[in-house]
Amino acid sequence: MLVACGLSSIDELFSHIPPKLRLKGELSVPEGISEMELVSEMRRLAGRNRHADDLVCFAGGGAYDHYVPAVVWALAGRSELYTSYTPYQPELSQGILQSLFEYQSMICALTGLEVSNASLYDGPTALVEAVHMSTGATARTRVLLSEAVDRRYLETLRTYGAGEHFTVETIPAPGGVTAIPRVGDDVAAVVVQHPNFFGNLEPASAVFEAAQTAGARAIHVFDPLSLGILAPPGQLGADVAVGEGQGLGNHLSYGGPYLGVIAARSADLRRMPGRIVGETVDVDGRRGFVLTLQAREQHIRRERATSNICTNQTLMAVAATVYLAWLGPDGLAELGRQCVAKARYTAERISDLTAAELMWPGAEFFKEFVVRADVPARQVQRKLLEAGFLVGPAVGEEGLLVSVTERRTREEIDRLVKAFGEALS
Amino acid sequence: MTGAPVRRDGPAIALRTLKERSRSGRRAWSLPELDVPGADVSDAHRRRQTADLPEVSETDIVRHFTRLSQINYGVDTGFYPLGSCSMKYNPKVAETVAALAGFQRLHPHQPEETLQGALELLWRLERALCEITGMARATFQPPAGASGELTGLMIMRAFHTKNGNPRTKIIIPDSAHGTNPASVTLSGYRAVQVPSDRRGLVDLAALQGLVDGDVAGLMLTNPNTLGLFEEEIEGVAAAMHRVGALLYYDGANLNAIMGRARPGDMGFDIVHMNTHKTFATPHGGGGPGAGPVAVSARLEPFLPTPVVGFDEESGRYFWDHDRPDSIGRVHGFNGNFGVLVRAFAYVFGHGRDGLREVGERAVLNANYLARRVNDVYPLAFPGQPMHEFVATARSFRKYGVRAMDIAKRLIDLGFHPSTVYFPLIVEEAMMVEPTETESKETLDAFAEAMLQAAKEAEEHPDLLHDAPLTTPVRRLDEARAARQPKLRW
Repeated sequence: MLVACGLSSIDELFSHIPPKLRLKGELSVPEGISEMELVSEMRRLAGRNRHADDLVCFAGGGAYDHYVPAVVWALAGRSELYTSYTPYQPELSQGILQSLFEYQSMICALTGLEVSNASLYDGPTALVEAVHMSTGATARTRVLLSEAVDRRYLETLRTYGAGEHFTVETIPAPGGVTAIPRVGDDVAAVVVQHPNFFGNLEPASAVFEAAQTAGARAIHVFDPLSLGILAPPGQLGADVAVGEGQGLGNHLSYGGPYLGVIAARSADLRRMPGRIVGETVDVDGRRGFVLTLQAREQHIRRERATSNICTNQTLMAVAATVYLAWLGPDGLAELGRQCVAKARYTAERISDLTAAELMWPGAEFFKEFVVRADVPARQVQRKLLEAGFLVGPAVGEEGLLVSVTERRTREEIDRLVKAFGEALS
Repeated sequence: MTGAPVRRDGPAIALRTLKERSRSGRRAWSLPELDVPGADVSDAHRRRQTADLPEVSETDIVRHFTRLSQINYGVDTGFYPLGSCSMKYNPKVAETVAALAGFQRLHPHQPEETLQGALELLWRLERALCEITGMARATFQPPAGASGELTGLMIMRAFHTKNGNPRTKIIIPDSAHGTNPASVTLSGYRAVQVPSDRRGLVDLAALQGLVDGDVAGLMLTNPNTLGLFEEEIEGVAAAMHRVGALLYYDGANLNAIMGRARPGDMGFDIVHMNTHKTFATPHGGGGPGAGPVAVSARLEPFLPTPVVGFDEESGRYFWDHDRPDSIGRVHGFNGNFGVLVRAFAYVFGHGRDGLREVGERAVLNANYLARRVNDVYPLAFPGQPMHEFVATARSFRKYGVRAMDIAKRLIDLGFHPSTVYFPLIVEEAMMVEPTETESKETLDAFAEAMLQAAKEAEEHPDLLHDAPLTTPVRRLDEARAARQPKLRW
């Protein structure tokens, strides 16, 4: 091949790199190893971690141990799908394109909103995009965000706002629930998480109404797994809904890859960032799917683009599509009821303990709640870990978030409660 | 005719949507009987109507998505020379190890003492990526290349702000990826374009004319998007450094120079990598990616928080949150860990010798293929290409044939086509990146297909205009899709 290129050595392929810039010697990276050795090394590293199969997972705060049905990765893991690129040649990419069209359809069905894109990176970065949509729509730059929103969302938003695009202020949440804010006419968006970071249900529609009365966009940070039983963002009056889609068939995977879900009303369609798939026909009149409305995107608009997103989380969206098809409307509702029932049972049993109580005993919650103990939360967390349980994250010094999905059994819950009792004594 | 290697024929029923397959009362799900007292949410919060999701059996689901996979083309299906995307083979072992419970079942809120293996993996991967790029420290938070770009630019802004003036402009070449100017705008800067010269490289004289104290930095891909090494990079760096501006390295084309040259040695201070390009993590039909950002020592304080720490005395790894100058958090947790596990397997499986060979073979394959088709698809610029080449299909215009027609004909001849119409500065661009994982036989077969398409362009242009004929759907009406958006069932 070198000869065919009219060259005599590999080095000639790199001859236009100035000599001074050529790497002298070798990279300081270990020598390559065989596949067998690699697998051993990876097993060694994996073996140094504890995980949600050898510990019982009651941890939450944005990532949840929901059951992943066998069918999800048997299908999303088909290599024709996972080894493909962004579907730039639609005739060769109908599998991915139709899957994303079905994903968008299901997200609309779930949220009660009119349009969805083909996915974003994760929940917090989806909120950043929703805020960009809102500042664009309102030509305002102040953002109000409830204190009961997961802190990671606030931190992410502050980072992306630092280019002087918007400023973020918090709304107090006394009693673990957001106070209805006074919204000025310079506010672009009001953000509430429902169920909120503490697990509590929010007066979301009242907050949204306050936002819209002042001409601001109402943004709902939601949990897709709650929408089998909780009123969806559309019904509550949200303009934009964003959520963490990890629970929809995606693995815990130490925080990523996850799935950023976003849905909005039709009026905001052209402000929606990222890939969007649309239905059309081919030259023979057959139905087919394409990436559409690309005039919004970075590769067309370049410096005038309102989002730089290119790669998204397509495969996670495909997994979510298989997952939602597996659950269907009744499965999703049953799953929601099981989460509520198991979380409530756990909370009641824990609050029976003398040394523990619920942080907000009167609040209604979905699948997680905050326990307050007489002992520092991190100490309780450590003792529970020794007993074989993952809980948390900690909420301040004395609060501990406990999350209960449909996977937890009564036997596991009873053992957790017993371990709680011992940790507090 | 070979035909596109995706299934065209199949039961007619198979192409229905899940919604069209839905039958009331059908289901796939199963959950255990509730073993605690039943409970429900209060009336005020309850969903009034069930979500309008499809009701299908598990068999329906399996047939549906199996069929969808059969009408989709991946690297496992065949050659995928999509320029700028480095669609190399994705080693199966990476999938196997990423599925280990000790990686896949880690909760992001687990305490550090239960994560020593994961943190060791990240620490070692960071050291390796810094060595490959010639940088000091790295962050794994950015979940994709574009996110890495924005992160890098926010770091640049934080650096200049700390020095008293954030400045206002970022210079980018006219051949840059669209994400570059979009990221510039989102980071609060103004993009200023520098033209390419007749060689397809940054026009150094023009650049010198643009540089002043308001310029915060320059974003550059090297080799650039034309597949050419920026030979005057030292002069470019000097021009920027003279005014205290920083150089940002878009790592989209890092594959070409691994083990041969390092951005850090060229004067760059910030590098993002696309793991799905350089380190063969599967692209998943459009994601997930991972966009680690590595920086020089002077920018280290501004990296997103936290970064991985290692205490040599105790041998413990930890998350270092004590970073007062950090730009903050750019991802909900710590990036696309599952993707990084695969990148680790690739980097340490290949090792220093293997990584160097990756670049060598990628460049050799591109040069060989370019040479094979050069007579009919001349290079847009005369220089010797590196890991990809940009040819022009301009000469077929006289037959009414466009680059897109050739691309569609290549589908019928059994291949995924190259990238077309990018970079924007090349007329009828065809950007071909064969990657290192393809054999000479594959390259020859693709070259023959390109040459056949060229011959047909002259003799039977309608074969190209009508292509593809062998795919499940033929050319789709994109204008209609945008004019009358139908974005859901």
